[in-house]
Amino acid sequence: MNIQIQNGRLIDAAQSVDTVQSLFIADGKIAAFGVAPDNFTADRIIDATGKIVCPGLVDLSARLREPGSEHKATLESEMLAAVAGGVTSLVCPPDTDPVLDEPGLVEMLKRRADALHQARVYPLGALTVGLKGERLSEMAELTEAGCVGFFNANQPITDTNTLYRAMQYAATYGYVVWLRAEESHLANNGIAHDGEVATRLGLAGIPVSAETVMIATITTLMRDTGARVHLARLSSRLGVDLVRAAKADGLPISCDVGIHHLLLTDRDIGYFDSQYRFAPPLRNPADRDALSRGVIDGTIDAICSDHTPHDDDAKNVPFGEALPGSTGLELLLPLTLKWAAHATVPLPFALQKVSRDPARLLGVSAGSLCTGQPADICIFDPKAFWAVTSQTLRSQGKNSPYLRRELEGRVTHTLVNGKLVFQS
Amino acid sequence: MALTFNPQLRSDGKLKHLLSTEGLPKHLIEGLLETADQFVSVGDREVKKVPILRGKSVFNLFFENSTRTRTTFEIAAKRLSADVINLNINASSTTKGESLLDTVDNLAAMNADMFVVRHAESGAAHLIAQHVKPGVAVINAGDGRHAHPTQGLLDMYTIRHYKTAFHNLTVAIVGDVLHSRVARSDIHALTTLGCPDVRVIGPKTLIPTEVARMGVSVFHDMARGLEGCDVVIMLRLQNERMNGALLPSAHEFFKSYGLTTEKLARAKPDAIVMHPGPMNRGVEIDSLVADGRQSVILPQVTFGIAVRMAVMATVVGA
Amino acid sequence: MQLDAEHLVTELATRIGTLSDDTAVVGIHSGGVWVAQRLHQMLKAVPPMGTLAVTLHRDDFSRIGLHPQKKATDMPMNIDGRHILLVDDVLHTGRTLRAALNELFDFGRPASVKLAVLVDRGLRELPFAADYIGATMTLDASQELVLTNDNHHLRFDVRTRQLHKKTN
Repeated sequence: MNIQIQNGRLIDAAQSVDTVQSLFIADGKIAAFGVAPDNFTADRIIDATGKIVCPGLVDLSARLREPGSEHKATLESEMLAAVAGGVTSLVCPPDTDPVLDEPGLVEMLKRRADALHQARVYPLGALTVGLKGERLSEMAELTEAGCVGFFNANQPITDTNTLYRAMQYAATYGYVVWLRAEESHLANNGIAHDGEVATRLGLAGIPVSAETVMIATITTLMRDTGARVHLARLSSRLGVDLVRAAKADGLPISCDVGIHHLLLTDRDIGYFDSQYRFAPPLRNPADRDALSRGVIDGTIDAICSDHTPHDDDAKNVPFGEALPGSTGLELLLPLTLKWAAHATVPLPFALQKVSRDPARLLGVSAGSLCTGQPADICIFDPKAFWAVTSQTLRSQGKNSPYLRRELEGRVTHTLVNGKLVFQS
Repeated sequence: MALTFNPQLRSDGKLKHLLSTEGLPKHLIEGLLETADQFVSVGDREVKKVPILRGKSVFNLFFENSTRTRTTFEIAAKRLSADVINLNINASSTTKGESLLDTVDNLAAMNADMFVVRHAESGAAHLIAQHVKPGVAVINAGDGRHAHPTQGLLDMYTIRHYKTAFHNLTVAIVGDVLHSRVARSDIHALTTLGCPDVRVIGPKTLIPTEVARMGVSVFHDMARGLEGCDVVIMLRLQNERMNGALLPSAHEFFKSYGLTTEKLARAKPDAIVMHPGPMNRGVEIDSLVADGRQSVILPQVTFGIAVRMAVMATVVGA
Repeated sequence: MQLDAEHLVTELATRIGTLSDDTAVVGIHSGGVWVAQRLHQMLKAVPPMGTLAVTLHRDDFSRIGLHPQKKATDMPMNIDGRHILLVDDVLHTGRTLRAALNELFDFGRPASVKLAVLVDRGLRELPFAADYIGATMTLDASQELVLTNDNHHLRFDVRTRQLHKKTN
């Protein structure tokens, strides 16, 4: 099937392209842009007048909730939510039930996701068996089954020796270890950023030192083990400073930030609104601004949705009992646009942070519109306003701070492998 | 905090729920204290009742055990002639099945007019207040570390009773401020009423981060902190916090932060001593002080009933 | 329109005559208390005097709610077995009186209660009658009779109010 996308504003940071021209797709790949290749006849023409045509989004964290939490979401609902949000590749963390610590589970997830012919799914394997922080998982087997890295999700590895060995073992094979930068004893079951708001509301605080102490531990162990580490979800100014210094030292470290942490702060919790409970917690405005600067100066490699769909029961409880996280796959693009406008970042750069850069980090061929690349494409109307409601969200998780609010920027078409998988 | 919406108030500014002393306008707090004046003497009558809440159902919803607080609310409601239903729901039964809001829905279906809520989680009363239908009032009887507004108001009533005005007072709040909902409610009420010098005193492990942003000054040396005080509010130190990472021992805590006659001498000679109860004698307060001339701990309890009556009568009338 | 109330007090005191030693004077806030204080003095009643703030017993509480106020009920004597002279400024619908009697009985069981009012303006809604009356007046339902204490000088103001606002 040959597809021609015409009159759209093509933005591809990988090639420094930002012009209105046609894009030609043949055999599932980008065939050309500007001028049609020889003998190209379009089977289908998509008119993208007034719209932006960019690489499909690559999301470094999206929980699909299968297996085990089908009451929160299903593979079907979340895979649809992904393409409805222009996300064509996503990384799913291993905190399913049972956790992704066995090759069979990973293979089944891959197979089921592939059968849906929507976004590409890249699972992370559990770093330790059952995420318990005790025994190492079979990393080589899990890699063969399709894992792109190893992560203990939000579960801590409290024994530093276990962490040290896990990093050492992963380094043997060159696998990337993903880690949350939170020292669990310092976090001490806290539920909000340890600061003015937590003090006023009487919420147990998570100090910034929980993040910085962990980063210091991780970078120290990196020097010893030679492991490659990706830090998932930075939250603080001091955390960004430590990563910047580690990168300057030449350590093979990368990191990401959740889109909500670039926009919101603990002030937004208001009167105990559990939609603002996140892991890591939303911190203060200075932290948020430092995270933003970290993305701009390249310290933070990518922005992700940290998609965490929940059922109502998870949020309709007192703040401290609420489960952290927000639905995000369909909000990643409009919120990234909102951030770009707020931080006065050029649009191509912002889009690069949710496509080319995370793709590079994963080492997958996605995130660009180069000729010969698989045609994973997102087309969106940057001026379209839409209300975030339980009806408009395709994700089964209706939990979001942006619920009942309007956002600007809506996906109209999504293509994966040259096939139109979503059209609004 | 630029929060203009206040879930406690109706659009016309009247008190709908009492969830926190924070954000209550000064005139509203003063109004509650004046209303309480009318109720103080009801306890001295032969018939200790007025018919204000006749035919109303008050549900005491206690997810955390506190016989003392529950009893004062019960007495207050009964003196207003309400029907009082006490429910002690321990946390384990809610985690097993019914959620907090399911419980509330069930009771609301029995035509509750008012919920008095005690819960271990900060914000629980706010959640319930958001959830109940119009006309049903929610009174926070303590939520986690967040607020205990009727205790805050009764403390203000007590201070006003002995000191008349707030504009020239120095008030010290001593002990485990970190975990104290009473401290937070007192601080907000005191700053709203115009108290110019509110101090918190305690070891660094028990003083919350950035507490100065609430309008208080922080002291770690108790003698210095008590210097010139008109009011000393002692906080209860929970047993589980006495030995561990926050404090080495109750003994050492008492040495540094227990209120003794010697330490109290640093305050003004006519300073009053308050405590929300129940007291740990020999931990946060010496018996000589607790039972001494400057102690107003028992009057606090008496005023507490009148203040709770005033709050209940006000939110039901609104 | 204004009326001098001082001579009505004198008139009322004359009509009451003398009080027995076991009679206690109780005034209803606010106007009734001023009148009761005068009568207490003029009739040389045995102190102390009682006051009733009937807000907590009103039947329109659920409609108008509670308003903070400084006047409070004060019953510094035992009223069990005592004769009570209950004093108010104006007798109108009788609802205030109902609340006052209810409240009074929360303090004990008096031997008898007699009612003295400065003005009976009629339009009763409950079955009450005064034992001693300073003057009887016929006023429209829209008119309001308000006693003011202007530097220890009592006077009545007659005001026209909006109907259906409240009933006393």
